[in-house]
Amino acid sequence: MITLEKSSEDKIVIVNVTRRSFLQGALSASAFVLCVGKSPLLAKAATSTTPGGAPLTPGSVPTIDATAFHPGVFLGIQPDGTVLIVAHRTEMGNGVRTSLPRIVADELDADWSRVKVIQGDGDERYGSQDTDGSHSVREFFDPLRETGATARLMLIRAAAQQWGVPEAQCVADPVHVVSHKGSNRTLGYGELAALAAKQPVPRKEELKLKSPSEWRYIGKPAPGYDVTDVCAGKPLFGMDVRIEGMLFAAIAHPPVLGGKVKSVDDSAAMKVKGVKQTIAIDPFTPPHQFQPLGGVAVIADNTWSALKGRDQLKIQWENGAHAEYNSTEYKRQLQETARQPGKVVHTIGDPDAEFSKGGKVIEAEYYAPHLAHASMEPPAAVADVQGEKVVVWSPTQNPQGVQEEVAKKLGLKKENITCHVTFLGGGFGRKSKPDYAVEAAVLSKQTGKPVKVVWSREDDIKFDYFHSVAAMYIKAAIDEKGMPKAWLQRSVFPPISSTFDKDAVYGSDGEMSLGWNVIPFDVPNFRSENGKAVNHVRIGWLRSVANIYHAFAVQTFANELAYAAGRDPYDYLLALIGPGHTIDVKQPPDVATKYPYDTTRLRHVAELAANKANWGKKKSGDGWGMGIAVHRSFLTYVATVVEVEVDKGGAVRIPNVYTAVDAGIVANPDMVRSQFQGAAVFGTSLARTGEITATNGVIDQSNFHDYPVARMNDAPVSVDVQIVESTAPPAGVGEPGVPPFAPALCNAIYAATGKRVRELPLTRNGFA
Amino acid sequence: MVHLKVNGSAQTFDGDPEMPLLWYLRDILGLTGTKFGCGMALCGSCTVLENGKAIRSCTTQMGQVEGREITTIEGISAHGPHAVQKAWAEVNVPQCGYCQTGQIMQAISLLSSKPHPTDGDIDDEMSGNICRCGTYQRIRAAIKLAAKERA
Repeated sequence: MITLEKSSEDKIVIVNVTRRSFLQGALSASAFVLCVGKSPLLAKAATSTTPGGAPLTPGSVPTIDATAFHPGVFLGIQPDGTVLIVAHRTEMGNGVRTSLPRIVADELDADWSRVKVIQGDGDERYGSQDTDGSHSVREFFDPLRETGATARLMLIRAAAQQWGVPEAQCVADPVHVVSHKGSNRTLGYGELAALAAKQPVPRKEELKLKSPSEWRYIGKPAPGYDVTDVCAGKPLFGMDVRIEGMLFAAIAHPPVLGGKVKSVDDSAAMKVKGVKQTIAIDPFTPPHQFQPLGGVAVIADNTWSALKGRDQLKIQWENGAHAEYNSTEYKRQLQETARQPGKVVHTIGDPDAEFSKGGKVIEAEYYAPHLAHASMEPPAAVADVQGEKVVVWSPTQNPQGVQEEVAKKLGLKKENITCHVTFLGGGFGRKSKPDYAVEAAVLSKQTGKPVKVVWSREDDIKFDYFHSVAAMYIKAAIDEKGMPKAWLQRSVFPPISSTFDKDAVYGSDGEMSLGWNVIPFDVPNFRSENGKAVNHVRIGWLRSVANIYHAFAVQTFANELAYAAGRDPYDYLLALIGPGHTIDVKQPPDVATKYPYDTTRLRHVAELAANKANWGKKKSGDGWGMGIAVHRSFLTYVATVVEVEVDKGGAVRIPNVYTAVDAGIVANPDMVRSQFQGAAVFGTSLARTGEITATNGVIDQSNFHDYPVARMNDAPVSVDVQIVESTAPPAGVGEPGVPPFAPALCNAIYAATGKRVRELPLTRNGFA
Repeated sequence: MVHLKVNGSAQTFDGDPEMPLLWYLRDILGLTGTKFGCGMALCGSCTVLENGKAIRSCTTQMGQVEGREITTIEGISAHGPHAVQKAWAEVNVPQCGYCQTGQIMQAISLLSSKPHPTDGDIDDEMSGNICRCGTYQRIRAAIKLAAKERA
């Protein structure tokens, strides 16, 4: 009943096949398979049959030594030499289906053109699959290398055994073959697969990892593995999934969070051609977590009929307490809270003593509104409930979350929920929340058929897990040279933890660590604080999360201090950072050891970006200016210089952006460049026009006309990305480009116009 | 009954004439390369060619396409990738890729009327197509590369 689709090259089209059955079919009798100790893939492969029906040879799968392998890795070598590598993390433009397998392929000395990447289903035995927090490369770099090196060693040992020569005389060279130095003999990986599979799995200490100078793929630019299929419009995305007999659903969600259906008249909806039935979905039990919002679903035989039918529903809603949420009043409350002492997050020295001395004090308030993710693919999912088992196809950053939430909602066991991960048409954090997949499962159970839930753009924007609104207050006591002697900063925002605890009002340690608990400046007396805020909408993480508003406030304030001191903002920023040293940003001990916060690296990226931008060569003013901001997030150091032209009417043009990045070792520099080019555009969107507001609990925006995002003609024309060559451990890449962008842009606007932007977006300040 | 050609094949449709071409292509014909992004002709993800010129299929109703020739991403080239697709791959434009088929259709339409577009031409023609990943810089480079390759 599942439509299997293969492209002309016989490459796997991932969208709607059961990948496990594909893998069973793909692995022929003498395939060499390496994987996690308890991987279900291995178990299935071991007991499976070949495409022709013959049982796999028991010896085709090596004995698994759990200590020799890391979770999350699956690698198979076919007798024809094809190497299969599972990408267990989600592809959403982050490039993980290219960068992760290339790490394995490098240590394996595999020919990249003979590697097939397979998307892993949701399975806890892979380890974490929650693709957020810019984790993929940094968390799996070492395990992936070790897996490739393990397979390489086993192939070398197989060749040595076959030739009857010492292992030391055999090398994997150049690619995909093992050669014997003495006799010029070679054996291909495919030829060696069966024998390699019989080798004992080497212990970790036996592995010889390459030195960086020997890397052939790591650190070298590579195009996306799927670029041809993407450009061909292949059915890769969740929205593209088609299952035989599938029904389509559009859901009228409660306009206010926590709202319930009072009454519904579906008579007009039922008259729409193609509409089959309507189904009420229960409201959530607080806290809302990842539960469906509730509402009324219209089920039809195509998407259009479902959407049209939904428009015809006449629903009376009971809106509940959040109907009193009004953004204007709420903003006033947040700002008021930010002016009062809050909960202390971190203190250095004695800021109060310094402030009480009565010297010069500079203070400022900043504000940033809610944002919606607005990924180009609105949420969508297909679920097929069959008795105790459920199969879900979903664009999700969090397939194990899909399993958990569907299991919880339907009262089933998690292991009975299969989640196939499709490509994501953008995620940015929204698709870590599986509420829409749960909706599909609820509706499939009710209809007895596979159901595809499609969110419209209006659903996506109105019912998002919004990036938090935030108000911030900063003050500094200034010495005679204009340098801060004491610094106090306070931020107030409804926390993400309100998703899981309805009474949560303070930012979590995690949110405080995103650019707020400590600043990278040489200030002897410092205190960070956080004030209470109650949520009235669903709050979620969005690309770089609290770093967005925290970096906006801190980096704008630093710029204000520079002007107050009568100094060049870049020189002043370097003075603030001071001579490089390690600072304690309250990281967990293991992170602090591997990734100490070294301000030398922050200083270095600032210098790189400023030099590339020719900082200071042209005088700012008269509608032209440059601004700079630095920020470290997800362990990566970033500096961004933005150049602006502002005309008399306030129209802002961004001809150039210069970014410098120190992310440690990078897996794929071209992908890193893409991510930072994209982050500048993402930053442009939020800084220029990004604003979600509510009136009586209902979100005011609905589509790209009232929630505009950057288009080609208002995005930066050119984004230059310098990547620091480094031997430091890999750090995050997907998110860290976003936080410094808005403050660099607003600082540039100040340089160009003398008008200070303390509230986002620019449209609130007379700019467009 | 509506008669139209999709990627060279004659088709008939006797359903709801208000159904957008987008959903006909995706749900009825199974041509899912044309994407749903906004439903209001605001983002360009649904761009197809009508008699060779880019249109938004999400706001084009089936009642309006009688006798038209529609080309989708699946039908732009009978023999291997189209020059624009090749340029897209060469520049490694896509991130998530969702909007890229619409971008490619728009670029094909641009190059058919302006084989050597200026930056201003590219801005004018492409600014109706949103890419949330922010690949505009590479889209511009790929259009220029395609123009050069075709010259």
